Amino acid sequence: MKKNWPLWEVFVRSKNGLEHRHFGSLHAADEAMALENARDVYTRRNEGVSIWVVESRHITASNPENNGELFEPAQDKVYRHPTFYDLPDDVKHM
Amino acid sequence: MSEEQIKSLEADFDARIARDEKIEPKDWMPEKYRKTHIRQISQHAHSEIVGMLPEGNWITRAPSLRRKVALLAKVQDEAGHGLYLYSACETLGVSRDELYEQLHSGKAKYSSIFNYPTLTWADMGAIGWLVDGAAIINQVPLCSTSFGPYARAMVRVCKEESFHQRQGFEIMYKLCNGTPEQKEMAQDALNRWWWPSLMMLGPTDAESVHTEQSMKWKLKRKTNDELRQQFIDQTVPQADILGLKIPDTDLKWNEETGHYNFGEIQWDEFWQVVKGHGPCNKERLNARKGAWEKGAWVRDAAMAYAEKQSNKKIEKVV
Ligand SMILES: [Fe+2]
Ligand SMILES: [Fe+2]
Repeated sequence: MKKNWPLWEVFVRSKNGLEHRHFGSLHAADEAMALENARDVYTRRNEGVSIWVVESRHITASNPENNGELFEPAQDKVYRHPTFYDLPDDVKHM
Repeated sequence: MSEEQIKSLEADFDARIARDEKIEPKDWMPEKYRKTHIRQISQHAHSEIVGMLPEGNWITRAPSLRRKVALLAKVQDEAGHGLYLYSACETLGVSRDELYEQLHSGKAKYSSIFNYPTLTWADMGAIGWLVDGAAIINQVPLCSTSFGPYARAMVRVCKEESFHQRQGFEIMYKLCNGTPEQKEMAQDALNRWWWPSLMMLGPTDAESVHTEQSMKWKLKRKTNDELRQQFIDQTVPQADILGLKIPDTDLKWNEETGHYNFGEIQWDEFWQVVKGHGPCNKERLNARKGAWEKGAWVRDAAMAYAEKQSNKKIEKVV
């Protein structure tokens, strides 16, 4: 019976000091091959100093249909921002 | 969902695109948007993959190590482009296997240009200069297309393409400044690749069925004829620098329009090639299918090994 190579998501740190960022995906039989393929597919021109791979099926993603209940509550919480607070003009360093 | 609900979802969807918002894979999208994108992105991916074949033909016969490493790197990039695009396409819910199956069965199309043979070393120059040049003109506007994964793949592709075109032009430039035979070889390559390169930018606007919808979805930002004109306008002065003659007796600068006038394109030839009757259609598809089929045991072995390793890990844990 034929089994296809699973899909992996690739995250690359482009230089130390920066976070790993999603670069794309690829197919590979196992994690070692996923790393090697990621090196060849996504970092042919020194785009990275570190690679993470994770099998795509292990990622849990939020559903855009629920974006309202997930993200709207943050919209009316203006008091979480510094500009919400009234200070006299002559206050310095704040 | 009722028809009315779908209508209102579609209106919202179109408005988002008009506002330059991106569509991401899990967002709601009209079925037609999904299908059109699967078709276009996969055709694009197939073109990158089949596009390796005409150039792969010359890797072992490159005239110097410098040329060989450059050509190898370019062909490897094209493999990369194919892979970026296949994975962008898969986010729309189609599997890699289905996409390959569509290519191998002849159901899916790829760019007609790759069905022409590469007869001499100068063809490596002409392809980089003209074919990659035309591809860049096609691809740059796609960096801001509406479907997020496609746009992101195109940004990466476009960054890499400029080296392809420059290495091609350099090959032509060297040949044109070499012996008379070398220059003749360059001219012959231009003669054979010029018209297919113009056709590569697609049928004329009058015959192009997808343009209007594709414009709305930003799958197209300029029409085929506009892209073709842009390609001609920027390529003619480059041919002048090479000292080569473009094989079109009607080619003439038009002071009024600020563009070059050019001769009639043999669209019969284009449609013949698209329908599978180009000089190399069979050869390309056979090479592609052969590579896939002969590699099957490697893919199976890698999968069997991976399963064995992960079973071992589980045994250790238990
Ligand atoms: Fe490419
Ligand atoms: Fe290219």
